Amino acid sequence: MGKKMLFMLLLSLLLFAVGNAQTPLEEVLTDTTGPPVPTSPSNVYVEDKPDDDGHGVIVRWDLSPDDGAGMDNVLGYEVYRSDSPDGEYSYVGMAIKGSDEYEDQDDSPIKNGVPNPDFIETEKTYYYKVRSMAAGGIFSEHSEIASGQAIENWFHSGKIGILVGVLIFWSFVVYFIFKARGGKDFYVRPLAGINAVDDAIGRATEMGRPILFVLGTGTAGDIATIAGFTILSRVAKLTAEYQTKILVPVNEPVMMAVAQETVRTAYLEAGRPDIYKPELISYETAMQFPYVAAVNGIMLRERTATNFYMGVFHAESLILAETGNIAGSIQISGTDQISQLPFFIAATDYTLIGEELYAASAYLSKEPILVGTLKAQDWGKAILMLLLLIGAILISANLSFIRDMVTVNI
Amino acid sequence: MEFETIIWHGLAAFLTLCIFTFLYKDNPFYKFAERLVAGVAAGYWTMLVFHKLFVDKVYHTMATGQYAYIIPILLGIGMWTRFSKKHSWISRYSIAFYIGISTGVSIPVYMYTYIFRQISATIIPFTSISNVLVVIFVLCALFYFFFSKAHTGAFNIVSKIGIYTLMIGFGAGFGLTVMGRVALLVQRILFLKDYVREVAAFIGG
Repeated sequence: MGKKMLFMLLLSLLLFAVGNAQTPLEEVLTDTTGPPVPTSPSNVYVEDKPDDDGHGVIVRWDLSPDDGAGMDNVLGYEVYRSDSPDGEYSYVGMAIKGSDEYEDQDDSPIKNGVPNPDFIETEKTYYYKVRSMAAGGIFSEHSEIASGQAIENWFHSGKIGILVGVLIFWSFVVYFIFKARGGKDFYVRPLAGINAVDDAIGRATEMGRPILFVLGTGTAGDIATIAGFTILSRVAKLTAEYQTKILVPVNEPVMMAVAQETVRTAYLEAGRPDIYKPELISYETAMQFPYVAAVNGIMLRERTATNFYMGVFHAESLILAETGNIAGSIQISGTDQISQLPFFIAATDYTLIGEELYAASAYLSKEPILVGTLKAQDWGKAILMLLLLIGAILISANLSFIRDMVTVNI
Repeated sequence: MEFETIIWHGLAAFLTLCIFTFLYKDNPFYKFAERLVAGVAAGYWTMLVFHKLFVDKVYHTMATGQYAYIIPILLGIGMWTRFSKKHSWISRYSIAFYIGISTGVSIPVYMYTYIFRQISATIIPFTSISNVLVVIFVLCALFYFFFSKAHTGAFNIVSKIGIYTLMIGFGAGFGLTVMGRVALLVQRILFLKDYVREVAAFIGG
């Protein structure tokens, strides 16, 4: 009896549901049209991507009438490309619902040792077509074909502000270099870290132990590494005079070549080319942590008395500095990597913070070019501080032209 | 768990412990792990350079007729003259080119990243105490990096505020990164723990 009652109840519910459904049951059962196909996007056109190196185009279109309206079933757009209008079109990517453009860009002719099919050749005509995509893998017809070329741009119009900034700074640099060359003696305030260099080298000489100079894990072209080379030159010259051994383990072949030249020249200037050995500068490995393991080993086995860390450093900074502490070395560090400065400050005896590293080069060498550049930097900073202060005051009064002036959109 | 996996994971666990022994002092286990990792990295990097630079940028560019690449290739060959005492001066041109290009590329990037973006983000209205403090502390921190003026008198006060501002920032950065490092340590210890379980499960069948 109970089962019969339950069956009748379920049947009544089913009939009620069918009776209240918007689509009659017989219509659902006889429908053979399938899910609705979205309309294709229209007015497809291709234009060169502005301000690039000639390996990118932008495909644009008008949204499908079913994107956000109509049947509202468009999920995205698929973009296809071909070398010729009647050729085979291959899928290059997709844009999500509501997007009316796709950036097709690739500047690598070779990828993984084979020609890259996605590579966009400069000034070659490419043909594109787009289609809408709905749920369940339902696609519209392809749009009409549109063509376009990637053109190489020599000038990036968005970087005019940077150009103006560089020119202003450059004019300061040239002016102050000429002044310095003309004999003007510019004041450079003393830096504790640099004043400690001579003492640190003297300590190593007295202890009869070597000095370790680490140029970091950047490349020879990094500005901080270049500043490191200038400091290395000064340190190497002193070590040559005191006949103290200096060890420079590096992680990049070009850095090794530059370090060898720097140390060799310093030994020559100190009048001791006879004691220079290329092995003082050793290549360890290019990979970060293996390099750190190797440098740590040198610190502990050679019992270096003084460690210099000058250049670009990453996550290895604390590991190096802590190992130096274990070895009982006096340590002087300098980097422009903001994220690593806290570790050097905490774990080394002296730290050159950011721009102090560049200033140290000028302070040590006293070369007119470097001292003049340092003076220009100070003037540049003064202008920036003024802009910042006036800009903040003006923007408080809803005047944003100074902020607009320094806002560069790339 | 396959026997082969147990062996490889065992090797990784052993090397992890070898590196950890450095916490006690330098020892043969650490030396072994250090030299192994440095050697493997050097070999791996050499092959990476061979495939990504020599094959892709030298062989394929020449094979596909992109002859403009001959300039960097010649500069690269110039670096090899360092092995000859007589011709090593040629390598200086390659080095000069490399450093000159790197620096030239860096200048606009630095100008944009470290100057324009920072200044633009700091020009904020004085609508709250926080905004006022941001502008004041940024100005003081910038003043600390003035090198052509002795930090005495009023300048010393401004400079001191600047360096304290920097130190507060560095302290926050230090704490944040140490937390990240602790997470890495925990990850490594979990790996060792999982390995012990794997071995126990393998032995237990």
